Order: sequence, then structure tokens, then C-alpha cells
Amino acid sequence: MKPTVAFFDFAGCEGDQLQVVNLEQQLLELLEQVEIVSFREVMTGHSDEYDIAFIEGAITRKSDEARLKEIRKNAKLLVAIGACATIGGINALKNLQDLEEVKRYVYGDGAKHFQTYPTRPVDAVVKVDAYVHGCPIDRKEFLSVVKALLLGKKPEIPNYPVCVECKAAENVCVFEMGQFCVGPVTRAGCEACCITQGSICWGCRGFVDDPNTDAEKEILAKYGLNVRDVINKLRLYTANSEVAR
Amino acid sequence: MSHGSHYLTRVEGHGNIVVDVKKGKIKQCRWEIPEAPRFFEAMVRGRKWDELHHITSRICGICSISHTLASVKATEAALGVKPSPQTVKLRRLAKHAETFQSHILHVGYLVLPDLMGVDSVIPLASSHPEQVKTVVRLHRVANEMSDLLCGRTTHPQRIVPGGFTRLPRPEDLETLKSRLRVAIPDLQAVTELVQSVAGNFPHFERQTEYIALVQDGEYPLYDGRIGSTDGGAWDVREYRAITNEYIVPHSTAKYAKHNRDSYMVGALARFNLNEQHLMPMAKEAANSFGLKAMCCNPFMNNVAQLVECFQSIEDSTRLIDEVLADGLHGETFKVEPKAGRGASAVEAPRGILFHEYEYDNEGRCTEANLVIPTNQNHGNIQRDLEALLPDLLAKGEEQTELGMEMLVRAYDPCISCSTHMLKVRFEH
Repeated sequence: MKPTVAFFDFAGCEGDQLQVVNLEQQLLELLEQVEIVSFREVMTGHSDEYDIAFIEGAITRKSDEARLKEIRKNAKLLVAIGACATIGGINALKNLQDLEEVKRYVYGDGAKHFQTYPTRPVDAVVKVDAYVHGCPIDRKEFLSVVKALLLGKKPEIPNYPVCVECKAAENVCVFEMGQFCVGPVTRAGCEACCITQGSICWGCRGFVDDPNTDAEKEILAKYGLNVRDVINKLRLYTANSEVAR
Repeated sequence: MSHGSHYLTRVEGHGNIVVDVKKGKIKQCRWEIPEAPRFFEAMVRGRKWDELHHITSRICGICSISHTLASVKATEAALGVKPSPQTVKLRRLAKHAETFQSHILHVGYLVLPDLMGVDSVIPLASSHPEQVKTVVRLHRVANEMSDLLCGRTTHPQRIVPGGFTRLPRPEDLETLKSRLRVAIPDLQAVTELVQSVAGNFPHFERQTEYIALVQDGEYPLYDGRIGSTDGGAWDVREYRAITNEYIVPHSTAKYAKHNRDSYMVGALARFNLNEQHLMPMAKEAANSFGLKAMCCNPFMNNVAQLVECFQSIEDSTRLIDEVLADGLHGETFKVEPKAGRGASAVEAPRGILFHEYEYDNEGRCTEANLVIPTNQNHGNIQRDLEALLPDLLAKGEEQTELGMEMLVRAYDPCISCSTHMLKVRFEH
């Protein structure tokens, strides 16, 4: 029997599940290896029996925890996909503000109808077996993680900074062009795609383990940036993380 | 008796339809949005002008190009920046890439299963392999187009306030043009397939107001004034007077109303306001379904989406020719932060989208307001459901559920934007 997989989402933009749909022909090929039993974004059928659960989105409400724990109970393996699920992501920006004020700002007098708590990644609530980082996830990396899991292996995720891949891509360092980026402390695996496209590294894959934040702050200071901008940049995707503070 | 509940699927986000019927009498019929709110308007405060498009793009994976474009346009309006004609043309191409991608995804992957009596595109892959491969090919072309213009398919990298960080090569645009030409017969095949099952769209009409961008001599997606089928056209800066957002207790999304209790935005609204400006193949596609303005059948929104796919191919071809004739050239642009307020509108695949920001003199955002297409549609969905339900009830619970789900799906709701999943719950 084919292994069964299921997709679930919490607070997020569903852009990571869209990357799975965007596999297109490769998704049809993947369907020869696995059976999708739940994927609300594209199918009506649903089963609570699955081997691998993919979770997109961050946890932003106490009430979401029970649903996530139920999925964890049903699944043999649980995989967090995308920055919101792996590190809290953009949704965690609200953690930097007073939550009651945040609710009032968006919903005014209606704020009392809305529950929210500080945004957290999936592994803050349940055990996570594998991660597919990025905002959005990279389709190739998703397939390689799935392949590893199907073969019973631990997926390999780089633990060196984006700068390594950025140099290999022969990009001109954005600091040299008067901009600043968080590539020096951000986990690689994206082939520095944003810098290659003329942008900067925004930090969507989260920090490498033991990031050299002092060096990052030094670089940023050397290029004449103020502390507030530096801290803000570091916190864009990682407001949930202690390192960013 | 409780019938249990089930989630509405094949939509982007979470939504519930709650129907309470006692002895054949409707006690309650309610469209609920339980999606976890994400508070983007609050989160962008304090962030700098060159970050807002990156953050707000994350509102929606499917319409990230629209959010990025609305964002850079609002920032440009606030900071007094005027993008070059080349930039505007390339942005219009990016807009078409997203419209085409999103509409094919919706019609081909999410709606066709309803019309063909199955619960997802997955069984169609074995029962109708050639047709599914055609849909997949079209979706691939649209995604390649996004890659080529934006750097990738979701969350564009190259679009920033002032211009593009990287340009496509002329030869890539030539290749894209020939790929789009080859896509036409594929799109015609999908159109014929939808026509063969179009009889399964419910016959349902309800008069309402339609709101979309309008612009002299064009079928606008990137820029224009706010137009209404009830008459009138307004400058984008006046959007709050049109959208009139309000909050309902059972929903984490905001609702909107203008001239009537509710209005509709999206492909059908655009068609109803701008039919006369469609290009020839798009007109022909509309004619082949007998689709004419004013059409008040929300299910025909799916057909209007197909019509717009033709429009996007034709207009993209025209734009590519123009860009190539002008000669693609690298441009330098500089954006200086200053205090100011700016509003913008674009036509996202699901309808008119507004962003408005205020910046301080260091270019930090102090205020933000975002009005999302699906939010503008919630009130209209509610009223359509109320009008549709009595006819459906006579057909039994299963058909009622299917009909109500199809209605909501026809709006192609993008609920994670608006604040996820549809459930129909019967309370007996």
C-alpha cells in the first residue's frame, strides 16, 4: 500500500501548499508514490488516517492547539512547511507590539470578537520530525525532503549561512551596493535566490544554529546603519526567536 | 438532530456555511469566516518603505503579485515616485501572469471537479488524463511567465518601489510570446470542456452592484478609477467611501457595502463594467457561453475568469511587442523617503484590492489600511446564499450542500487574505 499523506494549514497565506500544486507534472508523478488523503485547498475528500502530515502556517490562537495536537496524534511523521510553520515567520511581527492594541488597531470596537496570542512555530506546540524552510518553500527542496522521508532517511538541511551559497552564485554582495541583508546569519538551502533576483536576503529560512549575530551587527554598523534598522531587519521573519532580541 | 459539520473545501482559506432548517423552514443561513486573523495593518507599522511590499505580499500566496503591485503603487503615491513607462508595462505583464495562473488554477483544478461530478482534480487525472494534462500545461505557462517577470511564481522578488531589480532578457520575452501562442489551443480545449458541462452551473440570478476598476479604452487590471454598475466613477483616493467596511461578530473578516446591502467584485464585476474593451479572442469566448453584461448569475464568475485568461494572453502578446519595439533597457531609479500618504488599487484575480499607507519623514509606515477583494464579497455571498437556499432545499440535503458550496466557490474566495475553509453545517 502507498504511504498516505495529508496537508493542513493554520495562519498563513497557503503559498507553500500552492508550491506543492505548482509541482504540476511532478505532482502527478508523486501521486504514483503516495496517496493524498487530505488536502483541503484542492480536494473535498478527507481521512484522519495518514502517515505523513504536512503543516503550513503559524499557531496564533490557543484554540488552534487542540487541532494541531490531534493531527500529531494521527500522523507517524509531521513536517512543518514554510516560514510561518518552521519559525513563526511574518505573522510573528505582531509579537513585537501590544496585542490588545494590535487587535483594536485592526478591528476597532469589534476587537473583543477576536482571539489571538503571540505567534509561534509548529514545534512550539508539538514535536516536528522534519522542516521545509522558506517563504515560500522551494519545490525541489520539498521533493527532496519527501523523498528522504519515504526512504526512511533524515532530510539534510544546511547549517551554514546564505552567504556561502550567495558567493557560489557569483552575486555581488549587497553590502557592497549600499544595501543590507541578513544573509550572514540566515540558514542556507535557497541558493541565495532573492539576492540573485536583485533583492536582499530577508531571513525567511530562519537563523543558522548558533548564528554569529555579533558579526552581523558589526557588518551592519560598519555600513552605517542605525541600531533600530538593524534590529528590525533581523526580526522580520524571526520575531518569535530569542536571538533576534 | 445534528447533521455534524463539514468543511468547505477547494477554496483558499477557511469558511463555514451554517444552515439551520427546522421542519423545512429556514431559521438561519449564515456565511462564517473563522480564519485566524493575522493583523497585517498593525504589523507593518514602524517598518520602512522598502519592506512593505515584501511583508504585504505574504497576505496571500495565490495573489502575491497583486498585493506586491498594490503595495509598491501605494508607496510610490505616498513618496511621490513615478515609475517609468517600461516599468509599468512589465508590471502589467506580471499582473496578467498572475490573473492567468490564478484563474486556470481555480477553473481547472477547483471548479471543474464540481461540474464533472467528482470531489477533486485527482480522480480526473486518471479518468480524463489528456484534459488534466492540458490544464497542467496552461498552469505551467502562467507560472513560467511569473518566474520570468517576477523572479519566481509566488512572492515576487524583482518588483520594488520605483521599478524592477532585474529585467527579463529580450530573448526570454520572445520565448514567452511563442509559449503564449501555443497555449491558445490548450485554452480553447479547456473552454470546450467547460462548455460541455456548463449546463451543471445552477440557473440563479440576483440583482446586485458590481464594482471594479474602469479606464477609458481599456479592460483595466493595473490602474484606473473605481467604477460601479449602479453608476459613477471615483478616484482611488476615495476608496473608503466605496468600501465602507464593517465588522460582523461571526466572522474574522471584515464586510463591505456601497450603494446597496452588498456588492460583488472579481472577474464578473470586471466583465460587467468593461465588456466592451475585451480583445477579440476574449469576446469570442464570452459569446461562446452567451455571456453578456449585465450578467447577475454569480456562477458565471467562473466563465468570466476563462474569458479573462484569453484577455491576458492577447494583451500580454501586445505588451511584449511594445516592450520589444521600445527596446528593453536597464534603468536606474532612486526613491527618497519623505512624509506622505498614498492609496492604490489593482484588480487582483478575485477583485479590486486597495492598499493605503502613511509614512513619516524617515519613510517609516505610521498607518496602513488594506481592503481585500474577498472581504468586499462576503456580504454578497451571504445574500446570494439566502436567495439560493429555498430553491436548493427542495432538492435534498446533499444537493443543497453541493449547491451552496459551488456558489461560494464561484466567488473563488481567498479567505486567508481576508483575514480559511468552508463548512456546511445543518442544524435541524
